[in-house]
Amino acid sequence: MTIAKDPLYMVICGVGGQGNILISRLLGRALLKKHYSVTIVDTFGVAQRGGAVNSNLRISKTKSYETLISHGCAHIILSLEPLETLRMLTEYGNPEVLTLTNFRPVFPLEVLSGDADYPSYDKLRQAITELSKRCWVLDATGIALKLGAVIVSNVVMLGALVATKLLPVAMQDMDNEIKDSFPPKRAELNLKALEAGFNALK
Amino acid sequence: MSKLSEDASGSYRLMLGNEAIARGILESGAQFCSGYPGTPSSEIIGSLTQVAKEMGIYVEWSINEKVAVEAAAAASFTGLRSVATMKNAGVNVASDFLQHFNLSGVGGNGGGMVVVAADDPNAWYSGDEEDSRWLARSAGVPLLVPDSVQEAKDMIKGAFEISETFKVYCLFCSYTRLAHRTGVVKLGKLPHPKKVASNITELITNEYPWILERLDEAFERLDKIQEAFESSPFNWYKGPDNPELMIICCGNGSPCAFEAIDFLKLQDSLGVLKLGTVWPIPRRLVEKYLARTKQVIVLEETDPFLESYVKELVADSDALAGKVKVYGRNSGHIKRWGELTPDAVSKALSKILKKEYPTRERVYAQKVENASKQMLIERVGAWCPGCPHRASFWAIKEALRKTGRNGFVINDIGCYSMDIVKTGYNITKILHSMGAGVGVGCGLGQLDRFGFKQPFISVCGDSTFFHSSIPAIINAIYNKSNMIMIVLDNAITAMTGFQPHPGTGFNAVGDAAPIVDIANFCRSLGCKVAVRDPFNIKDTIKKIIEFIKDETGVRVLILRRSCELVRMRRERKKPYKIWVDAGKCKGEKCRYCTSTFKCPGLAFNKETKKVEIVEEICTGCGVCVDICPPKAIMKEETA
Repeated sequence: MTIAKDPLYMVICGVGGQGNILISRLLGRALLKKHYSVTIVDTFGVAQRGGAVNSNLRISKTKSYETLISHGCAHIILSLEPLETLRMLTEYGNPEVLTLTNFRPVFPLEVLSGDADYPSYDKLRQAITELSKRCWVLDATGIALKLGAVIVSNVVMLGALVATKLLPVAMQDMDNEIKDSFPPKRAELNLKALEAGFNALK
Repeated sequence: MSKLSEDASGSYRLMLGNEAIARGILESGAQFCSGYPGTPSSEIIGSLTQVAKEMGIYVEWSINEKVAVEAAAAASFTGLRSVATMKNAGVNVASDFLQHFNLSGVGGNGGGMVVVAADDPNAWYSGDEEDSRWLARSAGVPLLVPDSVQEAKDMIKGAFEISETFKVYCLFCSYTRLAHRTGVVKLGKLPHPKKVASNITELITNEYPWILERLDEAFERLDKIQEAFESSPFNWYKGPDNPELMIICCGNGSPCAFEAIDFLKLQDSLGVLKLGTVWPIPRRLVEKYLARTKQVIVLEETDPFLESYVKELVADSDALAGKVKVYGRNSGHIKRWGELTPDAVSKALSKILKKEYPTRERVYAQKVENASKQMLIERVGAWCPGCPHRASFWAIKEALRKTGRNGFVINDIGCYSMDIVKTGYNITKILHSMGAGVGVGCGLGQLDRFGFKQPFISVCGDSTFFHSSIPAIINAIYNKSNMIMIVLDNAITAMTGFQPHPGTGFNAVGDAAPIVDIANFCRSLGCKVAVRDPFNIKDTIKKIIEFIKDETGVRVLILRRSCELVRMRRERKKPYKIWVDAGKCKGEKCRYCTSTFKCPGLAFNKETKKVEIVEEICTGCGVCVDICPPKAIMKEETA
């Protein structure tokens, strides 16, 4: 397994609290063990308090510029929330981009208050499909809830990413990273989430 | 074993910029580290606190940046390596000391001192995007700026060596895009320093009259440092011998330059002179490369610090004057404020070289623009569900409304600043730097004599109280200012990531610490003090109204309630089960809870036309029960 482009530009995005930074680290560490140079630039503003967050990953055998991805230059977008997929497509999308989205909305405050409307599932799904060369969607939040913890929907998405075979990482690699990163009890839940995500797209 | 303290010399690890700086501090054998939290600097001290005990070093969260640099300097005076960290705004607080102790000869006894300042181009997390590099120029101290995570670690070591060689503290400037980027770092050896502090036997000062003798020395020292910087490994050039355009850059300018060069495929015509030693500037090195080209762009964050100097150099040189054109922020090729991005740099390079800037494929660009126009919704930050500040500001708002007379809040720096965004209540009329809430209040509290009758309430958080509000309160007491101050005491430094402070009962490394009680402290000064729980909304409103009507002396109300994020982590359960009685909810006609109270745990359902609880994020604080006009929100204690 190798990467399709070198450097490979990837965006991992979501809403503050969904854990995009955690999965970008897990992925980064797994790739480093495969001797890839990985750099991750996080943009999170007031993330903890409901803002949009994203990590720009650059994966390469040779170059390790530690900076943002140029406008319209992402190869892969992994998104924990559908509106955020669209936001990142606006910034980094192009006709060749591949997207993988957890299609469970997290409503912005204006939607919660009734002052704005969240786009309909069909409309948003259609836009993301049209703007991606290929798009995968799954209800990672639903899968995580079945496992009893909405918090692991990020790791469900990581499992799904492994299943797409877009990156040179296998389930075993991510298994190892999870075991290294969590205390045993939490590792167990996250391993289940990883596998559930993998099976959802396998 | 924690990552930061593993020896593993020679192996590669993925590290956050701030972790790499912390690792550099450990690899340098520093024994004393202090700082005040401030994004984007906080994780440096934060990660050192995790390993302080096993590494046998001292790490503290100081009450403010000035005390942090003073405390660190003390260690250096005794021959121990020390570090103080802060964000850009903190440099202002510390600079009274930093401007003074530049001539003291610190570091000469092997106790080098490094001051880490983290800038915030674009002001992502700050009140402004102040450029800390100017301190180096005004204080005449050496300045290093790293361009990568690896270099951040290595450069800390270099900074200590410079400090000790030239007997002066070394300024090290980080920035948001370094602090919060993650990259591959090759670990170095981890010493376990056991150095013993030495006695202080000589006068350490540069106070008058000593300063007059020291100033010549200081300028000579800068000349010597410049000489050393001419051959520093932190400066290098990559590119053709005679580039069509020379890029001179530091910090984030460097990765942005390389990304833009790749994007525009200009590897053969552009050269990059990257400077890591930024002050004093290695003049001869820069001149040498300037002679190789006819045009230069300077890429740096945020001010045209190098750019102005490069222009000066060109103007001063017979060989270069009139022959080299200098572009950058001053020429308008880079916006006059804001961070550098690959896009901004690509556009600037295209413009100078008169090349077409490659834009996104037209049809795609149109489609994506249409979709985002139709569907994208901004995500504005807000107080978390269950945040005590929402309840506190609600009470203040209601008290001001009930007393009439256009009362307002003088706000301060912390999560409570979010009153000014659209998810807040917008009762703030003045908001500036740390501690300014009470300071400005002192002044307004004197203006009754000139006819100022508007009620006002100064607020500050608990950490801000210790950081810089205390002198202002003493001023208010001494000068008999009539004012109300509300301390929003959530028992942690929440905004920057839950650091402890003197009111929390524990210290940076988790040991029990004496509690400095804010209420008793204020009482001892002669303030009228009351303590309330902001979740008890009615009682809180009543007390604030009482204080407004009192109109004499310094009235301090402490609104005490733990940060909800901290409480939830500790207790892992909701105190109340909350639900909406759909029969009582007035829905569309009311929406008071979602549009006026604005807690994200409440959602208006457009189909049922009723409000619902967002179970995933509702923390069960129960405050909404008390503000719902038709009493439709219900609560029940959880088991």
